[in-house]
Amino acid sequence: MTVFAFYMFAAFVIASGAMTILSRNPVHSVLWLILAFFNAAGLMVLVGAEFLAMLLIVVYVGAVAVLFLFVVMMLNIDFAEMRAGFMKNAPLGLAVAVILLAELVLGIGAYRAGRLELGTPTGDAAPIAGASNIENIGALLYGKYVFLFEAAGIILLVAMIGAIVLTHRERRATRGHQNIAKQNARRPDEATVNVKPEYGQGVEL
Amino acid sequence: MIGIEHYVVVSSILFVMGVLGIFLNRKNIIVILMAIELILLAVNINLVAFSAFLGDLTGQVFAMFVLTVAAAEAAIGLAILVVYFRNRGTIAVDDVNRMKG
Repeated sequence: MTVFAFYMFAAFVIASGAMTILSRNPVHSVLWLILAFFNAAGLMVLVGAEFLAMLLIVVYVGAVAVLFLFVVMMLNIDFAEMRAGFMKNAPLGLAVAVILLAELVLGIGAYRAGRLELGTPTGDAAPIAGASNIENIGALLYGKYVFLFEAAGIILLVAMIGAIVLTHRERRATRGHQNIAKQNARRPDEATVNVKPEYGQGVEL
Repeated sequence: MIGIEHYVVVSSILFVMGVLGIFLNRKNIIVILMAIELILLAVNINLVAFSAFLGDLTGQVFAMFVLTVAAAEAAIGLAILVVYFRNRGTIAVDDVNRMKG
């Protein structure tokens, strides 16, 4: 049963990943991306990382994918024109992809042949027997990695402020601005000038 | 039985697919951002799989941090995209030369 579930999730995550990059319409791409994240969450559940799987669904499907959908639908984009360079870039892309995949396969082959040693855990982050996945992660996150956790919070704060600053637009009032403090600070001697020009000459301000 | 190699193979394929997506959709920055999300997803699968098979939870904690950075990156990237679209009326990024960089 686990084996069947693994192959099903793996096949779906790869297929929907392929559809994400190959779809003609970016809206379809976002929907395929959501399917990919769901199936990746399934893969994570299979190895017993339930908390991270749920987090993946909440963060990605709940927030990031909706953000993508909003942006895709908000901008009025000519998608047909976007596809123009698709075939032109395909050979280079495929070459890079094949080389990358060959290198990764080489690494896996070296591991299978016994030439690579996996690292051994030090044991200070080992799961506590009998505790659930979320309890273990919580103990580690608020203990050993608490400063990294706070750094992650700061990253999110900076991202939030950055996104707001980038997209915020000042709304101008239709009749111009009235700055009352500036009006009150205005004095007659700086607002008016008394000149006595010569006959036939202009006023130089 | 499903071992660590199975997970590594799946995440390798997903990673390569993300890289391929960046090359195939060079004009469409929205799909490029989605391809980056695919790459980060592949990394997350790898981290979680190794964490589970080695019996060390550090991988899962780091996958959470990758998730955080991915969310921040998506938000900032889409904000830049919206500003770019507002200024130029298009999102074709294969000829971005505004800053003459």
